[in-house]
This record gives sequence, C-alpha cells and structure tokens, in this order.
Amino acid sequence: MTFINPKAKHGDASDGNLGGRLSRLDGPAKITGGATYAVEHQIEGLVHAVTVQSTIAAGIVTSVDAKAAEASPGVLLVLTPDNIMPLKSATTWAGTPGPEGPFLALPRIVSFNGQHIAAVVAETLEQATAAAALIRVTYEEKEHVYGLDDPRAGDGVPIERMTMSRGDAEKALAEAPVRIEQEYRTPREYNVAIEPHGIIAQWEGDSLTLWEPSQWIDGMARSYAEWFDIPFENVRMISPYIGGGFGSKALSLPHGAVAAIAARMLGKPVKLVVTRPQTFTAYGGRPATRQTLALGATREGKLLSIVQHGVNETSMLGVAVEPLGSVTAIMYAVPNFSSRQNVIPLNTVTPGALRAPGENPSAFGIESAIDELAYEVGIDPLQIRLLNYAEEDPEAKIPWSTRRLREAFAAGAEAFGWSKRSPAPRSMREGNQLIGWGVAAGTYPVRRTPGEALVRILADGTAEVASSSIDMGQGTYTILAQTAAEVLGIPVDRVRVKLGDSALPRAPVAGGSQLANLMTGAVHKAAHAARDELIGLALNHPSSPFLDQQTNTLTIADGVISTPRSEKPNISIADFMRVIGQERVEALRDTLPEDKKNTQDRYNNFTTMMAMKPPTEGGYSLHSWCAHFVEVRVDADFGTVRVSRMVSALDSGRLYNPKLAESQWRGGIIMGIGQALLEEGIVDPRYARVINNNLGDYLVATNADIPDLQVISVGIPDHHASVLGGKAVGELPIVGVAPAIANAVFHATGKRIRDLPITLDKLL
Amino acid sequence: MKNFTYLRAGSADEARTAAALAGSMILAGGTTLLDLAKCGVAEPETVVDITHLTGLDRIEVDRTRASIGSLARMSAVADHPAMLDAFPAVTQSLALAASAQIRNMATIGGNLLQRTRCPYFRDAAVFPACNKRSPGSGCTALGGVTRNHAVMGTSDACIATYPGDLAVALVAFDAVVHLGSREIPIDDFFLLPGNHPDREHAMERGEIITSVTIPLSAAARRSTYLKVRDRQSYEFAAASAAVGLELDADGRTVRDVRIALGGVATKPWRARAVEAALIGKVLEPELVRQASLLSMQGAADHGANHYKIDLAPRVITRAVLQLGGLA
Ligand SMILES: Cc1cc2nc3c(=O)[nH]c(=O)nc-3n(C[C@H](O)[C@H](O)[C@H](O)COP(=O)(O)OP(=O)(O)OC[C@H]3O[C@@H](n4cnc5c(N)ncnc54)[C@H](O)[C@@H]3O)c2cc1C
Ligand code: SF4
Repeated sequence: MTFINPKAKHGDASDGNLGGRLSRLDGPAKITGGATYAVEHQIEGLVHAVTVQSTIAAGIVTSVDAKAAEASPGVLLVLTPDNIMPLKSATTWAGTPGPEGPFLALPRIVSFNGQHIAAVVAETLEQATAAAALIRVTYEEKEHVYGLDDPRAGDGVPIERMTMSRGDAEKALAEAPVRIEQEYRTPREYNVAIEPHGIIAQWEGDSLTLWEPSQWIDGMARSYAEWFDIPFENVRMISPYIGGGFGSKALSLPHGAVAAIAARMLGKPVKLVVTRPQTFTAYGGRPATRQTLALGATREGKLLSIVQHGVNETSMLGVAVEPLGSVTAIMYAVPNFSSRQNVIPLNTVTPGALRAPGENPSAFGIESAIDELAYEVGIDPLQIRLLNYAEEDPEAKIPWSTRRLREAFAAGAEAFGWSKRSPAPRSMREGNQLIGWGVAAGTYPVRRTPGEALVRILADGTAEVASSSIDMGQGTYTILAQTAAEVLGIPVDRVRVKLGDSALPRAPVAGGSQLANLMTGAVHKAAHAARDELIGLALNHPSSPFLDQQTNTLTIADGVISTPRSEKPNISIADFMRVIGQERVEALRDTLPEDKKNTQDRYNNFTTMMAMKPPTEGGYSLHSWCAHFVEVRVDADFGTVRVSRMVSALDSGRLYNPKLAESQWRGGIIMGIGQALLEEGIVDPRYARVINNNLGDYLVATNADIPDLQVISVGIPDHHASVLGGKAVGELPIVGVAPAIANAVFHATGKRIRDLPITLDKLL
Repeated sequence: MKNFTYLRAGSADEARTAAALAGSMILAGGTTLLDLAKCGVAEPETVVDITHLTGLDRIEVDRTRASIGSLARMSAVADHPAMLDAFPAVTQSLALAASAQIRNMATIGGNLLQRTRCPYFRDAAVFPACNKRSPGSGCTALGGVTRNHAVMGTSDACIATYPGDLAVALVAFDAVVHLGSREIPIDDFFLLPGNHPDREHAMERGEIITSVTIPLSAAARRSTYLKVRDRQSYEFAAASAAVGLELDADGRTVRDVRIALGGVATKPWRARAVEAALIGKVLEPELVRQASLLSMQGAADHGANHYKIDLAPRVITRAVLQLGGLA
C-alpha cells in the first residue's frame, strides 16, 4: 500500500509534515516554564543529598570525621567510604563485564582530585550543604600524574584496535618530495550543559523510580538494575526534558548511585544535584589529546603518505579512547597511511563523550596539517582538498553511500566569496585588524542501532507516538510527530509524542547522531502498520461507508479517509472510529533484524551499544560531511581573535526538519568557535585539579562572540544510510570548526597555532 | 554556606552600627557576596541589607562634578545621559563589565569592593593557604597557575589581580570615595597587598560607602575605556586602560592626559609615568608607544602572566592614539 497525500508537498514550509520547517513542539513549554525537568519534580517527603569531593588527586582516605556533620541540624545520614553500601559491578556501555569487585560509589582509594568521597543527606538542601562543609577527611597522599606533560606520564598504553595501516606509510613518507611534521593538541574540554546533572531516587519495595536527565533511558536503567541486583523491569526512569547533555548524560554515574543508596537506606525519596564546580569532576568531558602528524606529498600537493601517532589522557580507573585517526583515515585519498594511538592514564576523572568524540580532535589535526601543506607547496587551501578528494572510502575501500563534500566546498566557497581571497598570510588588513580566511572540512559517521516505537490512533482522530527515546533539545518530539503525521495523513498538531520514560517502548542511546534516523525509521514503520490496520478496517468493517466501494486501497489526508479517485464517500478518522465503535488502533514495531528479536538480543540492543552497526557495514561507507569557511579578525597589537563571518555547507542527507537541523548545526558551530578560541580546563599541576571549575572562568562562547552563521544544506536523501534518507546531524557541525579558525588565524597573522584554544597570549 | 542573620537597615547609621559588629557584612546587589558565600569564602554571621536605604542611588552631574550614590545600579550609571557625555570612560567601563543581568543587580559601592578572581582565593575547601583569605597562611598562587595574576603592585604575600573595571576609570579621573563622615581619594582608597593582602581598602569596620564623586575635566570628557580579553563579552580584562586626553588649541599638543590600567595590577593602577612623558608633547605614534612602556616599569611576572607586560602598554597606546585621532 503506497502513501498518497495529495496536499502535502515535501519541504513545503507550510505543511508541517516530514521535511517541513516546523518549530519545536516542546518550545512553548520550555519558554513558559511549563516543562518540568528531572530535579524539578515535586515528590512528597523529598530529602536532599550533597556530596563531598576529594581535595587531593591520589591516595587513600584514612579517616572521615563526620561527627560535626551528623550533629548538624536536619542531617539524616552521612555516607562515607566506611559505610557506603557496596553495589554489584554493572555491565559497561559496550556490553562487556564491568570492573571486578563491588562498585563503590564513595571509594576509599582516591584517583583524582574532585572525586566524590562522602555525602550528607538532610531535610533541606541548605542543611545538607552546611553539614557537608563540616566533614573532615584525612588522607594518605600518593604521588599523582597531572596531565600529558607530566614527566611521570610516560608513553601510556597502546590501543591495538586504533592501529590502522595501508600501504607503506613510513617508506612513502621518507621518499616524499615534500614533508611536513607537526604536533597538534587539544586541551581537556567540558560539556557544561546548562542543566547540571542531578537525580531524584525513590524506592517502593524492590522497585526504583529515578527522575534523572538521560540521553539513554534504557542503558542507564540497566546500570541501576545491575548495581542493586533487581530486575530491569523494576527500574523506572523518567526524563521527559533534558537541559543539554552533549554526550555527558548517557551513562549512570557515581552521584546517581549515591542518591539511590541513600534513598534505599532512608526509605525516603532523595534528591541530589551536582553543583556547578562539582560537574567538572563528577564525570569526564573530552580528554586532552596530542597527535603528531607527518604528511608526505608531491610538489604539486598530492598526498603520498600520512603517519599519525596520537595519545589521549584517561583516568587511573578506566580506558577512555578519543579516536584520533577517525577523520585522518578517510578524509583524503592517500595510498599510504598509518595511525597508532596510546592512552595515558593519569589522575583525572575518566573522560567521557563530548560532541563528536574522536572526529573533533582528529579533524583539528588533519585539517590543520593539510592547510600547512597547502602553504608549503603554494596552492590554495581549498584546491589542495579537491586535489586529494577521496572518491571512495580510502580505508575500507568501498564506495561512499553519498559524499556531497565537493558540493559543500562549492556551495560554501560561492556563498563566502572564497575566490576573492588574497593568498599570502598577513595580506588582508583593515586598520588594526588582520583579516584571515580559512577553510576546513569535517565528517561524522552514520551510526545505526535498531529502535522501537508505538503508534496509536485514538477515537478522537488524534494519534500518539510513544518511545523511551529522549529529546534534549535536538527535536525528537517534533520530527517524530512529523513522521507519524505524514504517514497517518493527519495534521501534525493532532499527534502527541511521549518520550523519556522507561515504561515506554525501548530505544537505544541518543548519541552518535543516530537517534533521529533510527527513531523516524521505527515510527515510520509503526505508523504504517497502524495506518494499514485502519484502512483494513475501513475496507472490511461491516459498518464502514467504504464497504461497497470496489477499491482495494484508501487514502487518508488531513485526517479524512477517502477513496483515491472520488471525493465521496469520505469520513474523518474520528467519525469512522465512532461508526465502528473502536477506541484505538495501534501498532508496536521495531527495526530489529528478524534473527535478533529474542529477549536477550533485544535487551542488549537497547541497553548496550553492542548492536550498533559500523558505518561501513553493508557495502557502503556512510558519513555526513561538511565544509566550514571562516573569516577572522585578529587585532594586530592585542592578539584577540574574533570570528567575523562564517559559512558552512553541510551534507546530512535528507533533513526531516530543516529548521531544527540548521539549529543543531549552528549550535555545533558555536561550540566549535568556543573550542577554538576559549575552552580549556586549566589544571594546577601541583594538585592535578581543574581550577577554572565554574562558568565565570571556564569560558564558553557568548552571543557577542558569534557572527551571523550561514548554513547551507547540500545533502540529498541517502537511503543506504537510513530508512528515510537522513544522515548524522548533531555531531557533524562541530567537526572542522576549530581547524578552519586556526587556518584563518594563520592566514591573518602568519602564526600557526597548533594547540587549542587560540588565546591572545599565543598571538602576541 | 552557613546560616546567618538577615538585617534590613532602616538608615545609613543603622547600617554602620550593624556593619561594625564582628562577622557582619553589607549586602548591596549581592552578586559578589552571594557568589563568595557559595564558594565558602564569605561566611557572614549577619548580613546587613542596605538596598532599602533611600537617596543612595542618585546620579547627579553638575558643573563641577558627578556624584553617584553607592546604591546606583551599574546599568543605571552606564546609561545615564549626562554621564555618557561627561565621562565616557566611566560609562564604558561599566557597560563592558560582567553581564547585563549582573549590571542590573550590582551597585556602584559593591562594584568597587568586588574581590579578586584568583582561583586559589575562591576555593577555600581545597586551598587553605591564601594570605588574603586567612592572613599568614601563605599564597597558593605562587608556583601555581598565574595567567590572570598581577604583574604590578605584587608582594611576596599576594599577587592577586584587582579584577574590576569601574575603579580603573575612577582612578584615572581622581574620583573620591565618600563614606559619610569622611572621604578618601580613590587612589588611596585601594591598598597595595604588602604584608596584608586581606586589607584591600582604607575603610574601617562600620564604615560604608555612600557615594563616589568624580571631578569634571576636559580629559574625562574626551575619554575611553579599552578592555582587552579573549571573550568578547562577560569576561574580566586581560588588560584594560582608562584614558582621558586634553589637547591644546593646536589639536596636537597634550595638555592633560589621564591613564589607569586594569587587569594587570593588585589595585587599579594609575600610570603617572606615562602621563608625565606625554604632557606638553606633540602626540605622535612612536612617542606614545615609547611612553606607554613606562607603565610596566617595575613589573614582575610569574611566567604565565608575562604576556600582560607586553599587552598593557599596547592597550594604553591604542587608547591614547584613538582619542588623539591617530588610530
Ligand atoms: C561572572 C562574573 C563576571 C563579572 N565580570 C565583571 C567584569 O568584567 N568587570 C567588573 O568590573 N566586574 C565584574 N563582575 C563583578 C561585579 O561587577 C560585582 O559582583 C558587582 O559589581 C558587585 O556589586 P553588588 O552590588 O552586587 O555587591 P555585593 O555583592 O552586594 O557586595 C560586594 C561587597 O561589597 C560590600 N558592599 C557593598 N556595598 C557596600 C557599601 N555601600 N558600603 C560598604 N560595603 C559595601 C559587601 O559587603 C561585599 O563585601 C563580575 C561578577 C561575576 C559574578
Ligand atoms: S595571590 Fe593572593 S588571593 Fe591568590 S592565593 Fe595568593 S594570597 Fe590568596
């Protein structure tokens, strides 16, 4: 049965269906304060927990003096390494067994400065905060390693699965007529979502309810279930709104365990909100990275070889890998390539995911290096990228599904006016301002995990979509409503979307830019099934007006069922449901492969990342692409860099809602500008502590730092990538922004900055 | 944050009496006080709220001076038409400070008394050694991360930068701080850290700022506040300069010039040597560049803040040349 909706035109701004520029459906609630975020829920009898963090980076907690805290007004419970309930170790996100032994949410062994080591629960937040300040901890301090430059850091541990090699890279490099070799660095960076992490935990018998912002309801619920050794079904996690996550809200964290332990011990609901300074160590952001890149090329600028060696920091507790070869391996058609990566354990919280983990610092390296090569051989930075354009995936040696990067370069260059660029560094100037133009490309893979959705047509002619997937501002509510509306043939304002609740059909992680594609796919499938059933009823039900119509299909448009060819008869869905006396028509569908529908596979699919398909599975290499064109103005005397103009052309395949996709792109670009110019976790080597742990000192871009950002979509529907033709959107746009800016700064000043952020002191 | 008693002062005298008690602190806009209470740095026993006192928020500009009540909001002063006219450097220093939200809350008195952003000062639980916070305990910044620390006016006891902007403009134009019973020239109001970095100003316990006056001058009328920082908005100065310039009738010879620096010193820093080198001279770029270097005589850096020694004179140079129509 094919879908015919004669009134809706794809991409028409007025239609509101898939491809339309509908505003966010959750927008009004957020603007008016009607959206209740996790820790805003009003729960009867709520008490408050505050954690105490370590003030040393390495050692052992020898004693915790909690007497004063315990005697403090309103205090109900003090948790320390002495009395913390040991939990079972939980399966990792990758689906591998967790670390050995019990999981101690407040450990005795300190492995970073700012580790939660005690907690106070009191009747009020103020009482808990005051009492927490009275806790005295004594430590046996050990030597620490503060960062990658610490002489004690060493070379770290090689990560074999990061090793890539094709051709003979070393030999080709040695023989190349032109060689450049440089080191590129990115600092520790933080997610700094405006909604800090927090949780309300409540037990009823052996059932645990959690109100916690989550990018991955099912994955986080699994951790809690395993920690407390209760059935997965006993954990209810509720997270309808999330105030930004950027990768930091996908995993259950120690503070969540502390809240749930306290709630269990006290038999009361417990709320715990991580303070802003604590967010800098309650979970990890992007690890600091360092990579050496050696490029060998012909005198004409054709790449012959790339040799890369990267490291990223990790904690003493776990291995976090920030894959530095991810873009390097595929961006250019280079026959000889090798890449190795080590991780260096040091005294920091285990790094986490932050917008485009891997691709982001990887692109900073290769997109800076190719720019350096362009100057070295004397050709235009855009030209050298086209000269080395990869027509197929050079690493997997399979075709791209779609790669509209050439179109992105063309559209971006045209809109930016790149052809008017004067090639020499320091050759464009206005008064005290040195003007520079830079370009860089970015890419992000298409990740795929099966999803599940329920679509329900109700007696009043409205429809419901339900899924435990989430909306942290990226637009899930809106595009799922659009998808269902389009398939069902009803106006989008008649679709209600319910998300963010583990009681709803399952969904995998909202990360890796996969959610929009896989959930529109699942909703599309479920909506089709519901629609088929409705039409089946209309064709066959004894009370249906279509019973004698001699037709084997019907159309639904604007909520009215009719025959494809004639106006009459027609009937609204609501009237039809009344006529046939039915309350609802619904369909629950998943996109799991037939052989993966058993209970264990289903569970693993939604609660781990085991089932996520690599971008090269299926014969095509699936990626989104982008090109950023930047104009900077650098004050010749002060070294201050301002981005004055920016054009980005992006290929994310088909856009389900261009307005929301553009907004995701702009958000990513803005984060990229902050990353290029401002963001850096500053560590005091003596304490291995991040000392700018607040938003006054950890600088993110403000409105004043952001010029008008022009974004251009050059994508086309890519049905290898996803059912409805979309590719990755959210993580893509940040990739390549920092090198585009660094390249523009070089063009403006003649100074090449290879370590982010590009602060004024580096340009004086 | 520990519990405290809240007192709403009914009169300035009542405020003084309450403020004289050990452990009490004045509350104006609260944007510094609340912040420091959250960091565990300010732990008042009593908070004396002066925001209900009447008459302390007046802004008046007459033929000799401007008088600004201590409770006038930063935003009100920044947007005041007569102030914009007579003291561009002052209004700009306010408009370029903090954020719109803070400027709407924060007062002129509170602004002058804001505390340093030295990260070691602000994290009492982790860094017990800080002479400014607890006299004699030492200075954690020495040997630490010093990118934003001072290069002028430092001592062995403290190298913390005075972070505010307004005070820099006020120091350039010889403002006077009024306490009700007495008044103090602003350059004397702020103290060098010496051996007592905990003493930042010349007020005694129980005194409050009632107003600030600034004498009118030709240099103030032709003035500017130039603030240099990595982030375009909502960041403290890496270096800033408040500069006022009066030229002779020839339009080229410097009759009067006022220069003060921010972001580089332990107190708002008047650059008198630069002023002296420019007065009576014909304004031209190389002269100004050379003269500006005098501002950093005696500078001492701690590694990461060395760039300020290069930056500050350039900020002065640009500001002077801009006012002189040469940049
Ligand atoms: C993130 C951030 C960024 C900022 N950026 C800047 C910036 O770029 N430039 C800048 O200049 N400032 C900046 N500030 C500081 C801000 O301007 C000050 O916090 C504000 O001006 C303080 O005024 P207030 O009225 O809120 O003071 P309060 O917090 O009420 O008081 C501050 C102090 O002064 C005392 N006090 C207040 N009024 C009186 C009085 N009349 N007599 C005696 N004592 C008094 C109080 O006891 C307290 O110790 C920033 C602040 C923050 C938090
Ligand atoms: S510089 Fe001053 S404020 Fe900072 S730690 Fe040292 S004594 Fe304290």
